[in-house]
Amino acid sequence: MTTAATGLRGPTTAADTPDARAAREPHPGGTGGARRRRRLVPYLFLAIPVGLLVLLTYVPVVNMFWYSVTDWDGLDKVKTFVGADNYREVFTDPDNVRVFWVSLYYFVGSFVQMVVALYFATILSFRIRFKNLWKGILFFPYLINGVAIGLIFLNFLRPAGGLDSTLTAVGLESLVRQWTGDPDIANVTLAGVSVWRYMGLNFVMFLGAIQSISSEVYEAAEIDGASRWHEFWFIILPSIRPIVGLSLILAISGSLSVYEIPKVMTDGGNGTETFVMRTVWMAFNRGMVGLASAMAVVLLLIVLVITWIQRLVLPDDEVDLA
Amino acid sequence: MFPQKRRRRYVSLAAIGTVLTLAAACGSGSGDEPTTPATGADAEPAGEITVLTWRTDLVEDGTFDEYVTAFKEKYPDVTNVKVEGITDYEGEVKTRMNTDNYGDVLAIPGSVTPDQLGDFFEPLGAQDELGEEYRWINDKSFEGLSYGIPVVGNVQGIVYNKKVWDAAGVTAFPTTTQEFLADLQSIKDAGIEIAPLYTNYKDSWPLTQWDGARGAVTADPDYVNKMTQTDTPWTDESDSGVIDGLLYDVVAQGLTEADPTTTNWEQSKQLLGTGKIAAMVLGSWAIPQMAAAAEAAGASADDIAYMPFPAQVDGTFHAVAGGDYNLGINVHSSNKVTARAWIDWFNHDSGFSESQVGLSPLVDGPVPAALQGFVDEVELLTMNAAPAGKESLFADIDTASGIVTTDPKYRQKIVDDARSGSRTKEQVLTDLNAAWAKGRAEVGS
Repeated sequence: MTTAATGLRGPTTAADTPDARAAREPHPGGTGGARRRRRLVPYLFLAIPVGLLVLLTYVPVVNMFWYSVTDWDGLDKVKTFVGADNYREVFTDPDNVRVFWVSLYYFVGSFVQMVVALYFATILSFRIRFKNLWKGILFFPYLINGVAIGLIFLNFLRPAGGLDSTLTAVGLESLVRQWTGDPDIANVTLAGVSVWRYMGLNFVMFLGAIQSISSEVYEAAEIDGASRWHEFWFIILPSIRPIVGLSLILAISGSLSVYEIPKVMTDGGNGTETFVMRTVWMAFNRGMVGLASAMAVVLLLIVLVITWIQRLVLPDDEVDLA
Repeated sequence: MFPQKRRRRYVSLAAIGTVLTLAAACGSGSGDEPTTPATGADAEPAGEITVLTWRTDLVEDGTFDEYVTAFKEKYPDVTNVKVEGITDYEGEVKTRMNTDNYGDVLAIPGSVTPDQLGDFFEPLGAQDELGEEYRWINDKSFEGLSYGIPVVGNVQGIVYNKKVWDAAGVTAFPTTTQEFLADLQSIKDAGIEIAPLYTNYKDSWPLTQWDGARGAVTADPDYVNKMTQTDTPWTDESDSGVIDGLLYDVVAQGLTEADPTTTNWEQSKQLLGTGKIAAMVLGSWAIPQMAAAAEAAGASADDIAYMPFPAQVDGTFHAVAGGDYNLGINVHSSNKVTARAWIDWFNHDSGFSESQVGLSPLVDGPVPAALQGFVDEVELLTMNAAPAGKESLFADIDTASGIVTTDPKYRQKIVDDARSGSRTKEQVLTDLNAAWAKGRAEVGS
């Protein structure tokens, strides 16, 4: 969102300088038609992406809202209007409610993820040897496709797989578990895999924010006798608060829309079914596209509400770091 | 009757695949001009057709190329038969059926309810007339018209490793579920590497294969129709109750794999062949795949054998025989004559059913050698069609109840509960009955 704002500001300021204005009007005696045409050009350029966006995003979304108040099964030629029945069922069917609880595991996991990411980002913002190597290592998991990660961990966590062998080798047999088979820890395991994957993204976001803090601030702090901890607590953390806020929003919507990793690793078995998995199952396996659309609308609304709350709590104008 | 027969489903790619195919289906496809005038009784097969198939393995290994060559030899005017193998067949085809472009010949997805058949498929003939030539056409018939013909018939039971059972001293087919459990226990006691019975919980669709025993337990070809008439199909005596009760018991007694969330379908074939597992509940279609895997793993294909579901009525075993996927013709097809010729040729001349160790869909078709022993000892049943006007009732109740018996999810839940003990067997059956009753009330049957 912030990039879009600066992107718009750029050309406006450029146009205000006299040079730019001169460059724009090389022929002061140009006809009105040519000027109108010139004024039209940006809109023509805009028309294609906006047209695609409308065709591929807004029309399907509007359709989804329509499906969500019908009993469509995905095939039938007739769609019967059923009002808010589907929405009622999203929140009353115990099987649907259960998947919300599963999201909590990922939500808690995302806090762990942010703390770890912040820790690494802070360390790597100080002067450290092989900085880029560490950065690469930490960011790499995020670049791997989610399905591949699922398959990697499937083998790593299966009984007598990589993790169990490692634990046995270092004499910690007592910790060996059925990582996905034990219903008490299956969701923790999957949330852990998710943390492993997305930590790199958080890390890079935090690091970017930290590096944009002017070095003068640190120097001034050092003169005042601030320790590393003080630097973190009084300079770094306040400066990157908007990014932390943004991460929080991504964490909430992310924990509701977990899909790939549990899909590949357990396919929703053993109580690991997530909201999106259930939505997909509802549409394509149970054949209740109407109800599934209602679930998708609910997810959309939840994310919108959370974003709105975030904007109330963390207003935009604090983005200014320097 | 056995709608979810996805042999070669590659786990987890389902949703991604759907999106990709959607894109592909929009991009490529239906530019082909109709080369033949659409119908007409005596039009000769000619031109080009597209065939959608779920057997991606047979597309990859060239079997379908041979079929196409043979078909073109018989009908020289046919210029091309384009075969599209689809990995997530059910999901992708259902999405494509929202357009007009879903091939000329395709297997009817299990999720199409009988009353929808006419919207999407060309009627192939009157049900009673077609029934003189083909078996198992009831499933895909509606109001006296048949829309699909099965490519092969399967019997439903349990595929097992004979060597392991013999070594544990079990030589006769178990006749009751109690005996079956005891046999599995003695196999476990004799020492087996992984488990006596493998659920394939992770890949999950094999759990739907347990449904194959519906009707066989009480030898009642109307069992599924009767389910729509009762609020309590899951009792201790009913087919559903016995089947799902057995699943609960077998898991609760520790006779299945220790960690079901890490099972692997492709691997399970080898495990059975090499005797690391002793049995799996699967349709007879699985026999050739298991035999091939056994040989590839260095074991003998002769060890793979087939037994009926452990239940007898009047001292006789019963097994349900039914059609696999039914081939139908796209109602929007521009070359229905050739499409029909393909279906007839596929059933009469292709040799597909023999190669799959299945029963022929033809009324007077042969029984394959590998099933002969089984067929001698077991009485085969064909499930009756739903009565007129109630063709879609079962599917409607099934969906409304939220159980969705065609989907593995509720059996995964049974396995979960049996492992953790969070619900007893009685509670599981009671909850299923409650959901079913709710579904019936909602549908208003």
